[in-house]
Amino acid sequence: MKQSTFEIAHNRLIAPGVYEMLLLGDTSGNTAPGQFVQIALPGYYLRRPISVCDCEDGKLTLIYKVVGHGTEYMASLQPGDKLDLLVGLGNGYAVAECGEKPLLIGGGAGVPPMYLLAKELIARGAQVSVILGFNTKDEIFYEKEFTAIGANVTVTTVDGSYGVPGFVTNAMTMDYDYVCTCGPEPMLKAVYDKSETSGAFSFEERMGCGFGACMGCSCKTKYGNKRICKEGPVLKKEEIIW
Amino acid sequence: MVNTKVTLCGIEMDNPIIPASGTFGFGYEFAELYDINCLGTFSFKGTTVEPRFGNPTPRIAECPSGMLNAVGLQNPGMEKVISEELPKLSQCFHKPVMANVSGFAIDEYVTLCEKFDELPQIGWLEVNISCPNVHGGGMSFGTDPKMAAEVTSAVRKVTNKPLIIKLSPNVTDIAAIAKACEDAGADGVSLINTLLGMRIDLKKKKPLLANGTGGLSGSAILPLAVRMVYQVYKAVKIPIVGMGGVSTAEDVLELMLAGATAVEVGAANLVNPWACRDIINDLPKTMEKYHVNNLEDLIGGAHR
Repeated sequence: MKQSTFEIAHNRLIAPGVYEMLLLGDTSGNTAPGQFVQIALPGYYLRRPISVCDCEDGKLTLIYKVVGHGTEYMASLQPGDKLDLLVGLGNGYAVAECGEKPLLIGGGAGVPPMYLLAKELIARGAQVSVILGFNTKDEIFYEKEFTAIGANVTVTTVDGSYGVPGFVTNAMTMDYDYVCTCGPEPMLKAVYDKSETSGAFSFEERMGCGFGACMGCSCKTKYGNKRICKEGPVLKKEEIIW
Repeated sequence: MVNTKVTLCGIEMDNPIIPASGTFGFGYEFAELYDINCLGTFSFKGTTVEPRFGNPTPRIAECPSGMLNAVGLQNPGMEKVISEELPKLSQCFHKPVMANVSGFAIDEYVTLCEKFDELPQIGWLEVNISCPNVHGGGMSFGTDPKMAAEVTSAVRKVTNKPLIIKLSPNVTDIAAIAKACEDAGADGVSLINTLLGMRIDLKKKKPLLANGTGGLSGSAILPLAVRMVYQVYKAVKIPIVGMGGVSTAEDVLELMLAGATAVEVGAANLVNPWACRDIINDLPKTMEKYHVNNLEDLIGGAHR
């Protein structure tokens, strides 16, 4: 974990209520895809945990959905504004364990961390399939970006307005040897039930500190109690207790 | 050169700064970030006889200038703390540590104090009779002077280590409870634990915390802590460990003027993991700013 100040390069709307923020600063704390940052916002007591979408040479991309006052405030920030971040929180995905033909499944606000993961897996020579799940056509983001880095992309929409109709599990028809996923818990459970391979599942929980001190985000696993912020957010399929 | 040393119940500390129980784990997450030997000491994660997972999540909620927590004393239990956590801690912290203990019955407090009394690593025992997030124990001992005295005299019998009773602010007269603990043999009192609060989720129209209520901490509660430390200082002769909403060196001086001998820092650690180090670094220049040469001279200064 590293603390440092980042400058906002851009902060733009990419789908209804969803923003892409590009930050410039010391990204060396981020050591694995699937990790998150904690952002201090003036006037808000606790930091805001946001997953990392992309991270490269001093450039950090975050995609966040406006869900409350904190993210509403974030959406109002302008290029040039500065933010105090804790970088490199959580375990992230172990890319070496993701196989030759990994299937990455992101649902809604769970899509962003799949991007850096896909990039790193492709760089390792893996054949990456990605399923991006949204409610409806208007909410879709990053389909082109995933295609541009060489992933084989399928989009699903719950209302059938684009791509494969229904939930992400309807599109799990390709050949794969490992599953990585992030999204709402009912989606994670559905992927867990449908997938026949091992996998890595990223969970969300309300956090206090984000670095393992407060025990605010504990969960039970088959390997004992874990902190979503520290030993998570990514849990191995074999250890999950629903 | 200013002098930041204080003596708490017979043990000298380099400075009065103590990370509060439940915000600092068993130290090693923070030892990765800075040398925690700069601390006066720290109060480790509240330990119970049996391991506890704690309350269901969500356990954390935010509010203006503070937060609520309903962790519910998650800890690995006394045996594991002694066999695993404390040996690990001794690798990175070389000062006497404060053991924070919690129980659901008087004999549990006794068992914990008896066990920890044997360990040279432990300097002080902080007996938590004020956790608002567990049922059938915890705070119920801290809201009645008679019960508080009973716990105190029971644990007094099994330890010679400095005994500090951690008090609840969720009472009408905290001074009366402090006095009861003093009369029953406590060497010090620490206050305040968190204040019982609640937030309701407007979308779900239900309490935000799975536990319903939670303990309020953070900057919002500093004035309450100052007031209660001030009141308790008037009522007792034993030292007071003050806490509640401390996040700067100035807050430390304020609580000491109210009557605190040492000061615990809680929620601030969760927002700025370097908070205690920063406060310790800021102490000398803050003392100079307010013309304080010897920090110990400040204790209770607002009463004179």
